Amino acid sequence: MSVATHQENSSTGARVEGAGPVHADFTRKRVRPGEFVIEKSIATVSFFSIAFIVLIFVFVLREASSIVTSSSPAEKADAACETPQCETYGDEMLDSSVVAYVPKEDHASNASGRRALVSNLLGRVWQPVSLDPKYGIIPLFTGSLKVALIAILIGAPFAIFAALYTSTFAPKWAKEIMKPVIEILAGFPSVVIGFFALIILASLIQSVLGLQYRLNAFVGGLALSLAVIPIIFTISEDALVAVPKSLTEASMALGARKWETALYVVLPAATPGIFAAVLLGVSRAIGETMIVLMATGNAALLSFSPFDSVRTISATIGAEMAEVVFGDRHYSVLFLLGIVLFMVSFTLNVVAEVYVRQKLMKKFRGG
Amino acid sequence: MNTKKRLYGGAVYGATALSAAVIIGAVACIMGTIIVGGAPSITWEFLTASPSQGMTEGGIFPAIVGTFLLVVIMSIAGVPVGTVTAIFLHEYVSNKSVLTKIIRFAVNTLAGIPAIVFGLFGLGFFVQFVGAGMDKALMPAGTVRWAQPNLLWASLTMAILTLPVVIVSVEEAIRNVPKEYREASLALGATRWETIRKIVLPNSIGGILTGAILAVSRGAGEVAPILFTGAAYFLPRLPGSLSDQFMELGYHVYIMTTQSPDVDQTKGIQYATTLVLLLLTFTLNFTAIFVRYRMRKRIMQ
Repeated sequence: MSVATHQENSSTGARVEGAGPVHADFTRKRVRPGEFVIEKSIATVSFFSIAFIVLIFVFVLREASSIVTSSSPAEKADAACETPQCETYGDEMLDSSVVAYVPKEDHASNASGRRALVSNLLGRVWQPVSLDPKYGIIPLFTGSLKVALIAILIGAPFAIFAALYTSTFAPKWAKEIMKPVIEILAGFPSVVIGFFALIILASLIQSVLGLQYRLNAFVGGLALSLAVIPIIFTISEDALVAVPKSLTEASMALGARKWETALYVVLPAATPGIFAAVLLGVSRAIGETMIVLMATGNAALLSFSPFDSVRTISATIGAEMAEVVFGDRHYSVLFLLGIVLFMVSFTLNVVAEVYVRQKLMKKFRGG
Repeated sequence: MNTKKRLYGGAVYGATALSAAVIIGAVACIMGTIIVGGAPSITWEFLTASPSQGMTEGGIFPAIVGTFLLVVIMSIAGVPVGTVTAIFLHEYVSNKSVLTKIIRFAVNTLAGIPAIVFGLFGLGFFVQFVGAGMDKALMPAGTVRWAQPNLLWASLTMAILTLPVVIVSVEEAIRNVPKEYREASLALGATRWETIRKIVLPNSIGGILTGAILAVSRGAGEVAPILFTGAAYFLPRLPGSLSDQFMELGYHVYIMTTQSPDVDQTKGIQYATTLVLLLLTFTLNFTAIFVRYRMRKRIMQ
């Protein structure tokens, strides 16, 4: 009844001006310019996050793309670098002559030059500062993978086991300790972990294992594992706690012990979430800069021994960008490495986010 | 059979408990070493003096000031944007709309991008693109003021890096504002914006504060984004304008340990600087936890 009158009022209110001002106020959509402007500006600001992602990709790619133009047809490269808009850097006017000079040397041959560039990039030697610069990213790539692998192999078991402990076995007081400890660990600035690895861990491991190099992939990986533990722990614990109580109760009711339930029911049920946690850990391990920059020794060696010095992609960018001539090929190659890092972390995040989480949700809903 | 099972049970329990203990031990070990190594060198003079004798003596005052300026400018730029985004996500669009999903995805992606890539972005976008554009438009031809690494570009880069932290924290606070408050306000004839300004925001001020503090803590700890967007090895005077370079605590730790002419002689400075940085981030993190705790407690009541 009341609904019906309301509807009637609204229709008369709309048709007959001033028939019932109170009702009309209530039902007609008043135009409020202030409100409209505010709503639109809030919406605009919210798009900043999306815009930043796009801008990051576009601008890192833009700086990296000069690597292609430097080997493209001569007149293009000349035009690009002899106009006043040519990118020079800082107040070092001397640099502009260098910037203009380098591409000329590079673009001399077109197709063959490009092929040489590709084979140079895929080479096995990273020697960017020399008469014949070599930009082989293979040793950097394997370096990143090696350090990340060590970090995950050490960090993931500890993090997952500890998460299993706090989510199933731990008494309340142990949980109360574990939570803030993980928060503290997550709050350590990466230079602090790097400092600890460089000053203490490295010497300790060298004397214990009798190693030739003080700083090596193992020390870097060990330090990095401290950075990935909070991520893997937090997400794994979320997944373990999210396992429905009905599953654990059913298992207990069937006579399984607590550890059997934890190991054979809770852990398998949370596997997708734990997998996502490990993926995000890998993403963090590959992207982390300061720890590896300080603790791995930074020698671009191509070896499989965990006790050799190693140079990762991120550390290369961090160490060399400050000394590079702006606009030359070395500069572009470093931005290219940045794109590689961006793509790797983006892919890992998307896989962890979209695929694994959905799978987890589906599983728990029984779909 | 039964003893075997009990053995397995003990092993599983022992292994998981040991893992937890090892993590706690590692954290205690790092903190202990840095406190023991750094505490003796921290004096009033260390905190208030400039580095001297080619950075082998003296204090870290310029680095503290630089870090402070960095996080303040970063917060001024980043916290409003993060707060507004959180408001939009929670108050203006439905949780299931495609738009929300896209923005959320962007925020998550932003949180996952390596810090060093933000540094490259800051260099490629702010310094080389925006800065060069500003120089062309504002400065007399040939002078370079903005197209070089400086305090402003480093702060803005850091603001983008810490944006997800702010958004997540503010959103949590907004979510905790009871629905009845909003409905009561709307029922009294307040518009959406009036409801947000007078009801939602005042009730989630704690969350905004938490977000800002966590962002500051993160910003003070990250070094990779400022490596080539503004941090300097050594400066004789404090930054006087946005277009000046600055010294920073984390960067100071990095250069003192890896590029100092005499690493052994400056051990005390290294430990003490690390300790100051650690204490700074700790204080901030615990303040954030405390504020959040108080906020949750108030909502429970």
